[in-house]
Amino acid sequence: MNAENKLPKQVFRSVGTRPVRPDGVDKVTGRARYGADYDMPGQLVGRILRSPHPHATIKKIDITKAEQLPGVKAVITSKDLPDLTNGDEDLLAILENCMARKKAYYDGHAVAAVAAVDANTAKAALKLIEVEYKIHKHVTDVDKAADPKAPVLRKDCITEGVSPAPTKASNIAAQSEFGHGDVAKGFKQADHIVERNFRTEQTHQGYIEPHACVASVSPDGTGEMWVCTQGHFVFRQQCAQLLGLDMAKLRVTSSEIGGGFGGKTHLWLEPVAMALSRKANLPVKLVMTREDVFRASGPTSATSIDVKIGIKNDGTITAGEATLRYASGPWKGSWAALGAMTAFACYDLKNVKTTGIEVLVNRPKTTAYRAPSAPMAAFAVESVIDELADKIDMDAVQVRIKNAAGEGTQSSYGPVYGPIGIGPTLEAAASHPHMSAPLKENQGRGMACGFWFNFGGQSCTHINIDIDGSVTLTVGTIDVGGARASLSLVVAEEFGIDYEQVKTVIGDTSTLGYNEMTDGSRGTFASSMSAIASVRKAIDEMISRAAIMWDIPAEDIEWRDGHAHATGKGHANLAPLSIADIAARAGKTGGPIAGHTELNADGAGVSFATHICDVEVDPETGLTRVIRYTVIQDAGKAVHPTYVEGQFQGGATQGIGWALNEEYVYGEDGRLQNPGFLDYRIPVCSDLPMIDTQILEIPNPNHPYGIRGVGETSIVPPLAAIGNAVSNAFGVRMTHVPMSPPRILDALEKAETETA
Amino acid sequence: MLYESPQTTTEAVTLLAKAKGKVHVLAGGSDLLVRMKGGYIEPDVIVDIKRIKSMNAVKKTADGYLIGAAVSCAQLGDNAALVKAWPGVVEAANLIGSDQIQGRCTIVGNLCNASPAADSVPAMIAAGATAIVQGPRGERQVAVEKIAKSPGVTSLKKGEVVEAIQLPPKQKKSGDAYLRFTPRTEMDIAVVSAAVNLTLGPKGVITDARVALGAVAPKALLVKPAAKAIIGSTLDDDALDKLAAACAAACDPIDDKRGTVHFRTKVAQVLAKRAAKIAYQRAGGK
Repeated sequence: MNAENKLPKQVFRSVGTRPVRPDGVDKVTGRARYGADYDMPGQLVGRILRSPHPHATIKKIDITKAEQLPGVKAVITSKDLPDLTNGDEDLLAILENCMARKKAYYDGHAVAAVAAVDANTAKAALKLIEVEYKIHKHVTDVDKAADPKAPVLRKDCITEGVSPAPTKASNIAAQSEFGHGDVAKGFKQADHIVERNFRTEQTHQGYIEPHACVASVSPDGTGEMWVCTQGHFVFRQQCAQLLGLDMAKLRVTSSEIGGGFGGKTHLWLEPVAMALSRKANLPVKLVMTREDVFRASGPTSATSIDVKIGIKNDGTITAGEATLRYASGPWKGSWAALGAMTAFACYDLKNVKTTGIEVLVNRPKTTAYRAPSAPMAAFAVESVIDELADKIDMDAVQVRIKNAAGEGTQSSYGPVYGPIGIGPTLEAAASHPHMSAPLKENQGRGMACGFWFNFGGQSCTHINIDIDGSVTLTVGTIDVGGARASLSLVVAEEFGIDYEQVKTVIGDTSTLGYNEMTDGSRGTFASSMSAIASVRKAIDEMISRAAIMWDIPAEDIEWRDGHAHATGKGHANLAPLSIADIAARAGKTGGPIAGHTELNADGAGVSFATHICDVEVDPETGLTRVIRYTVIQDAGKAVHPTYVEGQFQGGATQGIGWALNEEYVYGEDGRLQNPGFLDYRIPVCSDLPMIDTQILEIPNPNHPYGIRGVGETSIVPPLAAIGNAVSNAFGVRMTHVPMSPPRILDALEKAETETA
Repeated sequence: MLYESPQTTTEAVTLLAKAKGKVHVLAGGSDLLVRMKGGYIEPDVIVDIKRIKSMNAVKKTADGYLIGAAVSCAQLGDNAALVKAWPGVVEAANLIGSDQIQGRCTIVGNLCNASPAADSVPAMIAAGATAIVQGPRGERQVAVEKIAKSPGVTSLKKGEVVEAIQLPPKQKKSGDAYLRFTPRTEMDIAVVSAAVNLTLGPKGVITDARVALGAVAPKALLVKPAAKAIIGSTLDDDALDKLAAACAAACDPIDDKRGTVHFRTKVAQVLAKRAAKIAYQRAGGK
């Protein structure tokens, strides 16, 4: 369970197999219950009134007429959600975002909400709420917002992390720096330097299930909530704090989840549902429409990134420098800091410096999106590395191999790496048949690397042995990517029993100790670590029960292949006892058999990937299709290889959408122009080739089975891989994502004019 | 809201004529229901025409094909004779939405929704289709290009309903084609589109043609100079360039979330050329 676990080459029985997922049948037959599929007796329908203005002071809200409409049971504004955050800046940001207080900061910002007996009444009530706004100038573009002349969102926003502190408010909320060495010196040693600005537009996670919850708050100070979330324990804690409830008295149950990708790590409407329920004294169901999801949940940052990299003719990178401006919405985030930390993380650099700048804009509050902030930074850095490789006439993979980080490298963000997978993924790419496959006219090939930290964190699990010998694992991390299958495999492995004997369930907040979210690719890593410890405790208990049954010392019993075996002299006639044998007698040997663990899962193990991509561009229309795609990534140990491959493919798919077509489009009026899947273009199946995967297994020494998180890294390289592929096809450097047809056509025309 | 489902066209016209407030005709509902659900419109009266038998049929007549207003686009794709006669029109109709939407959506709905980006409309215009309009004053026949006036606005008068689309009979040595540009392969809406219908005389010379463009103006356009540019030619490079130039001159697009003026104008030319080549081949030209 710790660093001294040296991981001898392990032979696995269950881990590494590909059984059918336990939640599959319910999901494909429609039996699985998602956020909106749960009802409470007497439940009301909630609806939210949203600001049509991107930046406005709320002068007055009159709810009288709405309250008088028959069928309306509660109307709330920010007055019904008083500030109980006690100086907690992040919690106050959540509160302000869930319900605007003095100001509406973006098109779609909630300003009031109603609960009524049915949807039509609720809708009618919204129209009766009178809001008087004072409209201010707005700014939605990250570079314009960072300009000193931009309209300032917050008069009290003084840039953090700059010394001396500025005296004037601006939209630059914070600045952070990472790196080591002397970049000025490094650039002097370079034979070639490339310096460019890259822009990426704002994208949304695009999960298919909108946010939904049912909340019930009783006058006795207790509450219940059913909700679609990536972390019900965190939701309970924050909702209790915002509503002024005792945490123990609020019970939160997570529903099945139709995608999250980071977007469901944050409260958007849950405190509003609770405040409505408290006021109406009835349960309230609140479900976002797709338009609500786009306008008022949390997309990722739009960015503007300046990169400068120097290289010697032999391929050694002498210095790397980047200034990364990330839009965080109207509240301070640490998104630019994450971009600055990840930008050069794949490489072993003597001189590196990155600066992250958090920029406030009149757009929705930025939240996590799969390896948050890393794809944009990788787009900028990996594009420039390709350009430099071209300048020194060196193969794009070889130049990366030459500079790749390895065990013992001091990373660009500080820590020294243990055994890592960047080198092996690059070597695998170099020898992959995809790399040498022929290309046709108007086709190009690109590759790129990506990094993600991975997280561990607080986890708590419980093993129960039933009298028939079947096993229940209860975890507190929700299953967003097949974790129930993976965790069942781990439990089966540790017990030495069949996968079919194990059932993994997600406990509600009253059944287990605190669990952090399913985020940072931690679900399988952390919960399996805790599950293994719980199994070991249950095995210890079963050995002691077998000792009672056999009436021999526990030291004479060992656990093997799912059975207690008596060892030592004089016990040869004792047939092994199965879990069922022991469990059947549990009532007579000391009561139920269980195993319980709580731990902080340290040592998540960083993750690297290399992607290869072929594109075909129609030079007359700019239309670009990805025609072949390969993901090579280190999984530590792939517990359920099919779901590991699914994560690789899913991340690549989201990255492809981001690279080619997805973007938030704001009008001059500061309103979102495309809050729907028609004009916010995530790829459909026929847009994609089958994405090939290659799983590498470089064991994580900090996990008993060598597992690393796999969920996020695969979204990091695609923007750059596709950008490099387009560039290689036509010799034009693409610097603006998405590389939509109009942008590609413009770039091609520009290149043509320049050569003409 | 009042929902009516008349059994005959006469009944439908009577209902539409006397209805008060915001009145909408419902066929497949793939536009209407979505707009209602999104809260963009709140009709007072809905007249569902799907129960009207005559509107549910595709008929081959001496005048060509008569396609009832409630016939789904999927049904058009299933009609082998129609596909053979007007492949461009059917292709356009079958590009709308997804398989599920295909089972509901109609070309008359596509027309009356009056979106400049409607897929089937440029193809119908190029085909020389006529809308059969029934109203309180009887029947009138209107060229398809005269139905939409601007986005969301039609020339239909109070009480009028499009009963069917009349496609002319298939001419010998003729062919039609429709192409649209979308960033995605499907489930998308045209950023720009082009339809070409042409007829060949001896030696592969084009004797007659109609060219239409979509999503480059407030409504789908019949571009007569573009047709003129290729009539009399064998669709050589020179004729294709003139076709493109005429299309570019006709374009009056906007910059919006789907594309820029420059992009639309440029791609309209590309699509017109490509559609013309397909139509020419279908007509038997080489």
